Amino acid sequence: MKIIEKARSFPKQLKISIFALLVLLAVGAPSFAADGGEDEGFSAGDMILHHIADAHEWHFFDGAYGTLYLPVIVYSEEHGLDIFSSSNFYNEAHELVPYNGYIMDHGHIVAEDGAELLDLSITKNVASMFLSAIIMLIVFVSIANRYKKKTMEAPKGLQSFLEPIIMFVRDEIAIPNIGPKYARFLPFLLTLFFFIWINNLLGLLPGAANVTGNIAVTLVLAAIVLVITLASGTKTYWGHIFNTPGVPWWLKTVLPIMPLVEFIGIFTKPFSLMVRLFANITAGHIIILSLFSLIFIFESVAIGPVSVAFATFMYFLELFVALLQAYIFTLLAAMYFGGAVEEHHHDEEHVDPETEKALV
Amino acid sequence: MELVNPGTGLVLWTLITFLIVLFLLRKFAWAPIVDALKQRESFIEDSLSAAENAKKEMANLKAENERLIDEAKVERDKIIKEANAAAKRIVEEANADASKEAQKRIEEARVAINTEKQAALAEVKTQVAELSVKVAEKLMRHELSSEASQKALVQDYIKDLNVN
Repeated sequence: MKIIEKARSFPKQLKISIFALLVLLAVGAPSFAADGGEDEGFSAGDMILHHIADAHEWHFFDGAYGTLYLPVIVYSEEHGLDIFSSSNFYNEAHELVPYNGYIMDHGHIVAEDGAELLDLSITKNVASMFLSAIIMLIVFVSIANRYKKKTMEAPKGLQSFLEPIIMFVRDEIAIPNIGPKYARFLPFLLTLFFFIWINNLLGLLPGAANVTGNIAVTLVLAAIVLVITLASGTKTYWGHIFNTPGVPWWLKTVLPIMPLVEFIGIFTKPFSLMVRLFANITAGHIIILSLFSLIFIFESVAIGPVSVAFATFMYFLELFVALLQAYIFTLLAAMYFGGAVEEHHHDEEHVDPETEKALV
Repeated sequence: MELVNPGTGLVLWTLITFLIVLFLLRKFAWAPIVDALKQRESFIEDSLSAAENAKKEMANLKAENERLIDEAKVERDKIIKEANAAAKRIVEEANADASKEAQKRIEEARVAINTEKQAALAEVKTQVAELSVKVAEKLMRHELSSEASQKALVQDYIKDLNVN
Protein backbone atom coordinates (compact mmCIF):
# COMPACT_ATOMS: atom_id res chain seq x y z
CA MET A 1 0.00 0.00 0.00
CA LYS A 2 2.73 2.41 0.98
CA ILE A 3 4.60 1.79 -2.20
CA ILE A 4 1.49 2.48 -4.26
CA GLU A 5 0.87 5.71 -2.39
CA LYS A 6 4.42 6.77 -2.94
CA ALA A 7 4.20 5.93 -6.59
CA ARG A 8 1.03 7.96 -6.84
CA SER A 9 2.54 10.95 -5.10
CA PHE A 10 5.64 10.86 -7.25
CA PRO A 11 4.13 12.63 -10.27
CA LYS A 12 2.76 15.25 -7.92
CA GLN A 13 6.24 15.87 -6.57
CA LEU A 14 7.56 16.01 -10.09
CA LYS A 15 4.95 18.62 -10.96
CA ILE A 16 5.83 20.62 -7.89
CA SER A 17 9.50 20.49 -8.72
CA ILE A 18 8.92 21.61 -12.30
CA PHE A 19 6.69 24.38 -11.03
CA ALA A 20 9.29 25.41 -8.51
CA LEU A 21 11.93 25.39 -11.20
CA LEU A 22 9.83 27.60 -13.42
CA VAL A 23 9.16 29.99 -10.58
CA LEU A 24 12.81 30.04 -9.74
CA LEU A 25 13.79 30.84 -13.29
CA ALA A 26 10.98 33.32 -13.84
CA VAL A 27 11.32 35.25 -10.64
CA GLY A 28 15.08 35.05 -10.84
CA ALA A 29 17.77 34.75 -8.30
CA PRO A 30 17.46 38.18 -6.61
CA SER A 31 13.96 37.47 -5.31
CA PHE A 32 15.25 34.37 -3.59
CA ALA A 33 18.01 36.42 -2.11
CA ALA A 34 15.38 38.75 -0.70
CA ASP A 35 13.40 35.83 0.71
CA GLY A 36 16.50 34.41 2.29
CA GLY A 37 17.16 37.64 4.11
CA GLU A 38 13.80 37.48 5.87
CA ASP A 39 13.77 34.05 7.45
CA GLU A 40 17.56 33.63 7.80
CA GLY A 41 17.28 30.10 6.33
CA PHE A 42 18.60 28.68 3.12
CA SER A 43 18.67 31.17 0.26
CA ALA A 44 18.96 29.61 -3.18
CA GLY A 45 19.67 32.96 -4.81
CA ASP A 46 22.55 33.75 -2.47
CA MET A 47 23.95 30.26 -2.83
CA ILE A 48 23.76 30.34 -6.63
CA LEU A 49 25.21 33.81 -6.96
CA HIS A 50 27.96 32.90 -4.54
CA HIS A 51 28.80 29.83 -6.63
CA ILE A 52 28.91 31.51 -9.99
CA ALA A 53 30.73 34.60 -8.72
CA ASP A 54 34.46 34.97 -8.38
CA ALA A 55 36.05 34.52 -4.93
CA HIS A 56 39.31 35.14 -3.12
CA GLU A 57 39.45 31.60 -1.82
CA TRP A 58 38.79 28.26 -3.43
CA HIS A 59 36.19 26.47 -1.35
CA PHE A 60 36.02 22.72 -1.95
CA PHE A 61 34.20 21.57 1.18
CA ASP A 62 33.52 22.81 4.69
CA GLY A 63 36.09 22.04 7.34
CA ALA A 64 39.66 22.79 8.26
CA TYR A 65 41.32 21.77 4.99
CA GLY A 66 38.44 22.29 2.59
CA THR A 67 39.42 25.76 1.49
CA LEU A 68 42.39 26.91 -0.55
CA TYR A 69 43.20 30.50 0.35
CA LEU A 70 44.43 32.41 -2.68
CA PRO A 71 46.81 35.36 -2.70
CA VAL A 72 45.36 38.86 -2.55
CA ILE A 73 47.12 41.55 -4.56
CA VAL A 74 45.77 45.06 -4.06
CA TYR A 75 47.16 48.37 -5.17
CA SER A 76 46.13 51.87 -4.16
CA GLU A 77 47.84 55.23 -4.32
CA GLU A 78 47.49 55.62 -0.56
CA HIS A 79 48.69 52.18 0.57
CA GLY A 80 50.87 51.09 -2.32
CA LEU A 81 51.08 47.47 -3.36
CA ASP A 82 49.99 44.84 -0.83
CA ILE A 83 50.27 41.10 -1.27
CA PHE A 84 48.95 38.70 1.36
CA SER A 85 46.94 35.51 1.74
CA SER A 86 43.16 35.78 1.80
CA SER A 87 43.22 33.54 4.90
CA ASN A 88 44.09 36.68 6.86
CA PHE A 89 40.48 37.78 6.49
CA TYR A 90 39.26 34.81 8.54
CA ASN A 91 39.72 34.08 12.23
CA GLU A 92 39.70 30.63 13.87
CA ALA A 93 35.92 30.52 13.84
CA HIS A 94 35.91 31.24 10.11
CA GLU A 95 34.45 34.70 10.63
CA LEU A 96 35.42 37.67 8.52
CA VAL A 97 37.83 40.08 10.17
CA PRO A 98 39.57 43.19 8.84
CA TYR A 99 43.22 42.83 7.96
CA ASN A 100 45.90 45.47 7.46
CA GLY A 101 43.35 48.17 6.75
CA TYR A 102 41.37 46.06 4.27
CA ILE A 103 37.91 44.54 4.70
CA MET A 104 36.35 41.64 2.83
CA ASP A 105 32.88 42.83 1.97
CA HIS A 106 30.66 40.31 0.12
CA GLY A 107 33.64 38.87 -1.69
CA HIS A 108 35.13 42.26 -2.50
CA ILE A 109 38.13 43.81 -0.85
CA VAL A 110 37.69 47.43 0.19
CA ALA A 111 39.94 49.74 2.14
CA GLU A 112 38.81 50.80 5.61
CA ASP A 113 39.62 54.40 4.86
CA GLY A 114 37.67 54.32 1.62
CA ALA A 115 40.71 54.58 -0.66
CA GLU A 116 40.17 53.42 -4.22
CA LEU A 117 41.66 49.96 -4.67
CA LEU A 118 42.88 48.14 -7.73
CA ASP A 119 42.24 44.46 -6.99
CA LEU A 120 44.70 42.30 -8.91
CA SER A 121 44.26 39.24 -6.70
CA ILE A 122 44.75 35.72 -7.92
CA THR A 123 41.10 34.88 -7.51
CA LYS A 124 39.40 31.53 -7.95
CA ASN A 125 38.76 32.29 -11.62
CA VAL A 126 42.35 33.40 -12.21
CA ALA A 127 43.69 30.29 -10.48
CA SER A 128 41.37 28.06 -12.49
CA MET A 129 42.42 29.84 -15.68
CA PHE A 130 46.09 29.28 -14.81
CA LEU A 131 45.25 25.61 -14.33
CA SER A 132 43.60 25.45 -17.74
CA ALA A 133 46.58 27.28 -19.28
CA ILE A 134 48.97 24.74 -17.74
CA ILE A 135 46.80 21.84 -18.95
CA MET A 136 46.74 23.30 -22.46
CA LEU A 137 50.48 23.89 -22.54
CA ILE A 138 51.31 20.40 -21.26
CA VAL A 139 48.84 18.65 -23.54
CA PHE A 140 49.57 20.51 -26.75
CA VAL A 141 53.32 20.85 -26.36
CA SER A 142 53.56 17.13 -25.61
CA ILE A 143 51.54 16.14 -28.66
CA ALA A 144 53.45 18.70 -30.72
CA ASN A 145 56.65 16.87 -29.79
CA ARG A 146 55.22 13.66 -31.13
CA TYR A 147 54.28 15.45 -34.32
CA LYS A 148 57.84 16.70 -34.62
CA LYS A 149 59.45 13.32 -33.96
CA LYS A 150 57.05 11.02 -35.77
CA THR A 151 55.49 13.20 -38.41
CA MET A 152 54.48 10.43 -40.78
CA GLU A 153 53.18 8.00 -38.20
CA ALA A 154 49.54 7.48 -37.34
CA PRO A 155 48.39 9.51 -34.30
CA LYS A 156 48.35 7.75 -30.97
CA GLY A 157 46.57 8.23 -27.63
CA LEU A 158 45.71 11.83 -26.81
CA GLN A 159 47.03 12.88 -30.19
CA SER A 160 44.46 10.77 -32.00
CA PHE A 161 41.72 12.35 -29.89
CA LEU A 162 42.85 15.93 -30.51
CA GLU A 163 43.94 15.63 -34.13
CA PRO A 164 40.38 15.42 -35.56
CA ILE A 165 39.40 18.43 -33.45
CA ILE A 166 42.40 20.44 -34.64
CA MET A 167 41.60 19.43 -38.21
CA PHE A 168 37.95 20.33 -37.66
CA VAL A 169 38.92 23.83 -36.54
CA ARG A 170 41.16 24.15 -39.57
CA ASP A 171 38.95 22.54 -42.23
CA GLU A 172 35.46 23.44 -41.01
CA ILE A 173 35.98 26.74 -39.20
CA ALA A 174 39.09 28.51 -40.50
CA ILE A 175 39.28 27.57 -44.20
CA PRO A 176 35.60 27.95 -45.22
CA ASN A 177 35.10 31.24 -43.37
CA ILE A 178 38.42 33.00 -43.86
CA GLY A 179 39.56 31.62 -47.17
CA PRO A 180 43.12 31.36 -48.45
CA LYS A 181 44.50 33.67 -45.74
CA TYR A 182 43.39 31.34 -42.98
CA ALA A 183 46.89 30.30 -41.87
CA ARG A 184 47.50 33.66 -40.20
CA PHE A 185 44.49 33.23 -37.92
CA LEU A 186 44.66 29.49 -37.31
CA PRO A 187 46.87 29.58 -34.16
CA PHE A 188 44.55 32.13 -32.58
CA LEU A 189 41.41 30.20 -33.51
CA LEU A 190 42.86 26.94 -32.17
CA THR A 191 43.94 28.58 -28.92
CA LEU A 192 40.56 30.29 -28.58
CA PHE A 193 38.63 27.08 -29.22
CA PHE A 194 40.57 24.96 -26.77
CA PHE A 195 40.79 27.75 -24.18
CA ILE A 196 37.02 28.17 -24.12
CA TRP A 197 36.29 24.47 -24.31
CA ILE A 198 38.70 23.44 -21.55
CA ASN A 199 37.54 26.26 -19.29
CA ASN A 200 33.91 25.35 -19.97
CA LEU A 201 34.63 21.74 -19.02
CA LEU A 202 36.66 22.69 -15.95
CA GLY A 203 33.75 24.89 -14.89
CA LEU A 204 31.47 21.85 -14.86
CA LEU A 205 33.56 20.04 -12.26
CA PRO A 206 32.07 20.23 -8.76
CA GLY A 207 33.77 22.97 -6.76
CA ALA A 208 35.38 24.46 -9.84
CA ALA A 209 35.40 28.09 -10.87
CA ASN A 210 33.01 29.56 -13.40
CA VAL A 211 35.65 31.06 -15.68
CA THR A 212 33.88 31.30 -19.04
CA GLY A 213 30.69 32.27 -17.23
CA ASN A 214 32.39 35.42 -16.01
CA ILE A 215 31.85 38.48 -18.13
CA ALA A 216 35.40 39.75 -17.59
CA VAL A 217 36.83 36.67 -19.30
CA THR A 218 34.42 36.76 -22.23
CA LEU A 219 35.00 40.52 -22.50
CA VAL A 220 38.72 39.99 -22.97
CA LEU A 221 38.24 37.21 -25.51
CA ALA A 222 35.74 39.29 -27.49
CA ALA A 223 38.02 42.35 -27.29
CA ILE A 224 40.94 40.34 -28.70
CA VAL A 225 38.69 39.20 -31.56
CA LEU A 226 37.73 42.84 -32.18
CA VAL A 227 41.34 44.01 -32.16
CA ILE A 228 42.43 41.29 -34.58
CA THR A 229 39.45 42.02 -36.87
CA LEU A 230 40.22 45.74 -36.97
CA ALA A 231 43.97 45.19 -37.36
CA SER A 232 43.52 42.87 -40.34
CA GLY A 233 40.74 44.87 -42.01
CA THR A 234 41.41 45.48 -45.70
CA LYS A 235 40.32 48.39 -47.87
CA THR A 236 37.27 46.36 -48.91
CA TYR A 237 36.32 45.88 -45.26
CA TRP A 238 36.49 49.56 -44.39
CA GLY A 239 34.82 50.39 -47.68
CA HIS A 240 31.92 48.15 -46.72
CA ILE A 241 31.54 50.02 -43.46
CA PHE A 242 31.87 53.66 -44.50
CA ASN A 243 30.86 53.36 -48.13
CA THR A 244 28.55 50.38 -48.22
CA PRO A 245 27.96 49.26 -51.81
CA GLY A 246 24.38 49.14 -53.05
CA VAL A 247 23.12 51.83 -50.66
CA PRO A 248 21.63 55.13 -51.95
CA TRP A 249 24.18 57.96 -51.79
CA TRP A 250 22.06 60.18 -49.57
CA LEU A 251 22.03 57.50 -46.84
CA LYS A 252 25.80 57.78 -46.76
CA THR A 253 26.31 61.54 -46.97
CA VAL A 254 23.22 63.63 -46.23
CA LEU A 255 21.72 61.23 -43.75
CA PRO A 256 24.63 58.95 -42.73
CA ILE A 257 22.54 56.13 -41.28
CA MET A 258 24.34 53.29 -43.04
CA PRO A 259 27.87 54.21 -41.97
CA LEU A 260 26.57 54.73 -38.44
CA VAL A 261 24.83 51.35 -38.37
CA GLU A 262 27.83 49.64 -39.88
CA PHE A 263 30.15 51.39 -37.43
CA ILE A 264 28.04 50.26 -34.48
CA GLY A 265 28.05 46.81 -36.09
CA ILE A 266 31.81 46.63 -35.61
CA PHE A 267 31.24 46.63 -31.85
CA THR A 268 27.96 44.73 -31.59
CA LYS A 269 29.54 41.66 -33.18
CA PRO A 270 32.16 41.08 -30.45
CA PHE A 271 29.64 42.29 -27.88
CA SER A 272 27.33 39.46 -28.91
CA LEU A 273 30.26 37.06 -28.61
CA MET A 274 30.88 38.28 -25.08
CA VAL A 275 27.28 38.03 -23.94
CA ARG A 276 26.55 34.73 -25.68
CA LEU A 277 29.34 32.78 -24.02
CA PHE A 278 28.84 34.43 -20.63
CA ALA A 279 25.06 33.94 -20.65
CA ASN A 280 25.12 30.35 -21.89
CA ILE A 281 27.62 29.12 -19.36
CA THR A 282 26.18 31.10 -16.47
CA ALA A 283 22.65 29.97 -17.29
CA GLY A 284 23.75 26.34 -17.29
CA HIS A 285 25.35 26.75 -13.89
CA ILE A 286 22.30 28.55 -12.51
CA ILE A 287 19.96 25.80 -13.72
CA ILE A 288 22.03 23.01 -12.20
CA LEU A 289 22.45 24.89 -8.92
CA SER A 290 18.72 25.71 -8.88
CA LEU A 291 17.87 22.05 -9.29
CA PHE A 292 20.01 21.19 -6.29
CA SER A 293 18.58 24.12 -4.35
CA LEU A 294 15.14 22.55 -4.67
CA ILE A 295 16.20 19.83 -2.23
CA PHE A 296 16.97 22.47 0.40
CA ILE A 297 13.98 24.66 -0.43
CA PHE A 298 11.55 21.78 0.02
CA GLU A 299 13.63 20.32 2.86
CA SER A 300 12.64 16.90 1.61
CA VAL A 301 14.63 13.78 0.74
CA ALA A 302 11.93 12.80 -1.74
CA ILE A 303 12.84 15.67 -4.01
CA GLY A 304 16.46 14.46 -4.10
CA PRO A 305 16.09 11.84 -6.84
CA VAL A 306 14.07 14.29 -8.94
CA SER A 307 16.71 16.98 -8.62
CA VAL A 308 19.46 14.48 -9.34
CA ALA A 309 17.65 13.20 -12.42
CA PHE A 310 17.11 16.69 -13.79
CA ALA A 311 20.62 17.80 -12.88
CA THR A 312 22.12 14.74 -14.56
CA PHE A 313 20.21 15.57 -17.70
CA MET A 314 21.37 19.18 -17.44
CA TYR A 315 24.94 18.03 -16.96
CA PHE A 316 24.86 16.10 -20.21
CA LEU A 317 23.34 19.13 -21.90
CA GLU A 318 26.05 21.33 -20.40
CA LEU A 319 28.78 18.99 -21.64
CA PHE A 320 27.35 19.53 -25.10
CA VAL A 321 26.94 23.27 -24.56
CA ALA A 322 30.58 23.49 -23.43
CA LEU A 323 31.67 22.22 -26.83
CA LEU A 324 28.98 24.04 -28.76
CA GLN A 325 29.79 27.44 -27.30
CA ALA A 326 33.50 26.98 -27.94
CA TYR A 327 32.60 26.09 -31.53
CA ILE A 328 30.24 29.04 -32.00
CA PHE A 329 32.63 31.55 -30.51
CA THR A 330 35.45 30.30 -32.73
CA LEU A 331 33.22 30.05 -35.80
CA LEU A 332 31.92 33.60 -35.44
CA ALA A 333 35.41 34.94 -34.75
CA ALA A 334 36.53 33.20 -37.97
CA MET A 335 33.61 34.78 -39.85
CA TYR A 336 34.54 38.24 -38.60
CA PHE A 337 38.16 37.67 -39.63
CA GLY A 338 36.96 36.38 -42.98
CA GLY A 339 34.92 39.53 -43.50
CA ALA A 340 37.91 41.67 -42.54
CA VAL A 341 40.40 40.06 -44.93
CA GLU A 342 38.00 39.59 -47.85
CA GLU A 343 39.33 41.28 -50.97
CA HIS A 344 36.38 41.22 -53.32
CA HIS A 345 32.69 41.36 -52.92
CA HIS A 346 31.07 37.96 -52.63
CA ASP A 347 27.56 36.81 -52.04
CA GLU A 348 28.75 34.96 -48.96
CA GLU A 349 28.79 38.14 -46.96
CA HIS A 350 25.05 38.45 -47.27
CA VAL A 351 24.65 34.96 -45.92
CA ASP A 352 26.77 35.61 -42.87
CA PRO A 353 24.26 37.60 -40.79
CA GLU A 354 21.61 34.91 -41.33
CA THR A 355 23.94 32.15 -40.28
CA GLU A 356 24.83 34.24 -37.29
CA LYS A 357 21.20 34.72 -36.37
CA ALA A 358 20.55 31.00 -36.67
CA LEU A 359 23.40 30.30 -34.31
CA VAL A 360 22.23 32.79 -31.69
CA MET B 1 24.56 43.74 -11.46
CA GLU B 2 27.54 42.08 -9.85
CA LEU B 3 27.23 39.36 -12.49
CA VAL B 4 27.62 41.66 -15.51
CA ASN B 5 30.25 43.93 -14.00
CA PRO B 6 33.68 42.83 -15.24
CA GLY B 7 36.34 42.97 -12.55
CA THR B 8 39.54 44.81 -13.50
CA GLY B 9 41.80 42.20 -11.94
CA LEU B 10 40.19 39.33 -13.82
CA VAL B 11 40.26 41.28 -17.09
CA LEU B 12 43.96 41.89 -16.67
CA TRP B 13 44.79 38.33 -15.66
CA THR B 14 42.69 36.89 -18.49
CA LEU B 15 44.44 39.12 -21.00
CA ILE B 16 47.88 38.17 -19.70
CA THR B 17 47.09 34.44 -19.43
CA PHE B 18 45.43 34.20 -22.81
CA LEU B 19 48.17 36.10 -24.62
CA ILE B 20 50.92 34.02 -22.98
CA VAL B 21 49.09 30.78 -23.80
CA LEU B 22 48.52 32.02 -27.36
CA PHE B 23 52.17 32.96 -27.78
CA LEU B 24 53.55 29.73 -26.31
CA LEU B 25 51.12 27.43 -28.08
CA ARG B 26 51.60 29.26 -31.36
CA LYS B 27 55.33 28.76 -31.15
CA PHE B 28 55.64 25.35 -29.52
CA ALA B 29 52.41 23.57 -30.42
CA TRP B 30 50.40 24.93 -33.33
CA ALA B 31 53.34 25.57 -35.64
CA PRO B 32 54.74 22.01 -35.45
CA ILE B 33 51.28 20.42 -35.36
CA VAL B 34 49.93 22.33 -38.36
CA ASP B 35 53.17 21.76 -40.28
CA ALA B 36 53.17 18.08 -39.46
CA LEU B 37 49.53 17.72 -40.50
CA LYS B 38 50.23 19.46 -43.80
CA GLN B 39 53.32 17.36 -44.36
CA ARG B 40 51.49 14.16 -43.58
CA GLU B 41 48.59 15.11 -45.82
CA SER B 42 50.84 15.82 -48.76
CA PHE B 43 52.75 12.61 -48.04
CA ILE B 44 49.52 10.61 -48.06
CA GLU B 45 48.39 12.35 -51.23
CA ASP B 46 51.73 11.63 -52.93
CA SER B 47 51.65 8.03 -51.77
CA LEU B 48 48.15 7.58 -53.12
CA SER B 49 49.01 9.04 -56.48
CA ALA B 50 52.20 6.95 -56.57
CA ALA B 51 50.14 3.85 -55.82
CA GLU B 52 47.72 4.84 -58.56
CA ASN B 53 50.61 5.26 -61.00
CA ALA B 54 52.10 1.93 -59.98
CA LYS B 55 48.72 0.32 -60.55
CA LYS B 56 48.50 1.84 -64.01
CA GLU B 57 52.04 0.74 -64.79
CA MET B 58 51.22 -2.76 -63.60
CA ALA B 59 48.19 -2.83 -65.84
CA ASN B 60 50.34 -1.64 -68.75
CA LEU B 61 52.95 -4.30 -68.03
CA LYS B 62 50.29 -6.96 -67.80
CA ALA B 63 48.78 -5.89 -71.09
CA GLU B 64 52.25 -5.93 -72.66
CA ASN B 65 52.93 -9.39 -71.27
CA GLU B 66 49.64 -10.68 -72.57
CA ARG B 67 50.37 -9.24 -75.96
CA LEU B 68 53.78 -10.91 -75.98
CA ILE B 69 52.30 -14.21 -74.89
CA ASP B 70 49.64 -13.97 -77.60
CA GLU B 71 52.27 -13.19 -80.21
CA ALA B 72 54.37 -16.11 -79.03
CA LYS B 73 51.36 -18.40 -79.24
CA VAL B 74 50.63 -17.30 -82.79
CA GLU B 75 54.28 -17.79 -83.70
CA ARG B 76 54.30 -21.23 -82.15
CA ASP B 77 51.13 -22.26 -83.96
CA LYS B 78 52.62 -21.04 -87.21
CA ILE B 79 55.85 -22.95 -86.64
CA ILE B 80 53.99 -26.13 -85.73
CA LYS B 81 51.81 -25.80 -88.80
CA GLU B 82 54.80 -25.28 -91.02
CA ALA B 83 56.62 -28.19 -89.43
CA ASN B 84 53.58 -30.40 -89.91
CA ALA B 85 53.33 -29.37 -93.53
CA ALA B 86 57.04 -29.97 -94.06
CA ALA B 87 56.85 -33.38 -92.46
CA LYS B 88 53.87 -34.32 -94.58
CA ARG B 89 55.59 -33.13 -97.67
CA ILE B 90 58.73 -35.09 -96.85
CA VAL B 91 56.73 -38.23 -96.18
CA GLU B 92 54.83 -37.75 -99.40
CA GLU B 93 57.99 -37.16 -101.33
CA ALA B 94 59.56 -40.21 -99.78
CA ASN B 95 56.49 -42.26 -100.61
CA ALA B 96 56.47 -41.00 -104.15
CA ASP B 97 60.16 -41.76 -104.56
CA ALA B 98 59.75 -45.21 -103.10
CA SER B 99 56.82 -46.06 -105.35
CA LYS B 100 58.67 -44.72 -108.38
CA GLU B 101 61.69 -46.79 -107.50
CA ALA B 102 59.54 -49.80 -106.97
CA GLN B 103 57.80 -49.20 -110.30
CA LYS B 104 61.14 -48.83 -111.96
CA ARG B 105 62.41 -52.08 -110.39
CA ILE B 106 59.26 -53.84 -111.35
CA GLU B 107 59.57 -52.48 -114.89
CA GLU B 108 63.16 -53.57 -115.05
CA ALA B 109 62.26 -56.93 -113.68
CA ARG B 110 59.50 -57.24 -116.26
CA VAL B 111 61.84 -56.28 -119.05
CA ALA B 112 64.40 -58.74 -117.79
CA ILE B 113 61.77 -61.43 -117.45
CA ASN B 114 60.51 -60.68 -120.96
CA THR B 115 64.02 -60.74 -122.37
CA GLU B 116 64.68 -64.00 -120.59
CA LYS B 117 61.37 -65.31 -121.78
CA GLN B 118 62.06 -64.29 -125.36
CA ALA B 119 65.48 -65.81 -125.15
CA ALA B 120 64.05 -68.96 -123.63
CA LEU B 121 61.30 -69.06 -126.25
CA ALA B 122 63.81 -68.49 -129.01
CA GLU B 123 65.92 -71.27 -127.69
CA VAL B 124 62.88 -73.48 -127.32
CA LYS B 125 61.93 -72.61 -130.91
CA THR B 126 65.39 -73.35 -132.15
CA GLN B 127 65.42 -76.57 -130.32
CA VAL B 128 61.88 -77.39 -131.53
CA ALA B 129 62.96 -76.54 -135.08
CA GLU B 130 66.04 -78.67 -134.71
CA LEU B 131 63.96 -81.40 -133.19
CA SER B 132 61.36 -80.99 -135.93
CA VAL B 133 63.99 -81.06 -138.61
CA LYS B 134 65.50 -84.07 -137.00
CA VAL B 135 62.03 -85.65 -136.66
CA ALA B 136 61.21 -84.67 -140.24
CA GLU B 137 64.53 -85.97 -141.43
CA LYS B 138 63.93 -89.21 -139.67
CA LEU B 139 60.31 -89.24 -140.92
CA MET B 140 61.33 -88.35 -144.38
CA ARG B 141 64.01 -90.92 -144.38
CA HIS B 142 61.40 -93.34 -143.28
CA GLU B 143 58.47 -92.12 -145.54
CA LEU B 144 60.29 -91.34 -148.70
CA SER B 145 61.95 -94.60 -148.79
CA SER B 146 59.31 -95.79 -151.32
CA GLU B 147 58.46 -94.39 -154.70
CA ALA B 148 54.81 -94.14 -154.05
CA SER B 149 55.10 -92.07 -151.01
CA GLN B 150 57.48 -89.72 -152.76
CA LYS B 151 54.90 -89.26 -155.49
CA ALA B 152 52.06 -88.67 -153.03
CA LEU B 153 54.08 -86.00 -151.37
CA VAL B 154 54.78 -84.25 -154.60
CA GLN B 155 51.15 -84.48 -155.35
CA ASP B 156 50.29 -82.81 -152.13
CA TYR B 157 52.66 -79.95 -152.82
CA ILE B 158 51.22 -79.39 -156.19
CA LYS B 159 47.73 -79.38 -154.73
CA ASP B 160 48.74 -76.71 -152.34
CA LEU B 161 50.27 -74.73 -155.15
CA ASN B 162 47.04 -74.79 -157.05
CA VAL B 163 45.15 -73.36 -154.20
CA ASN B 164 47.57 -70.56 -153.96
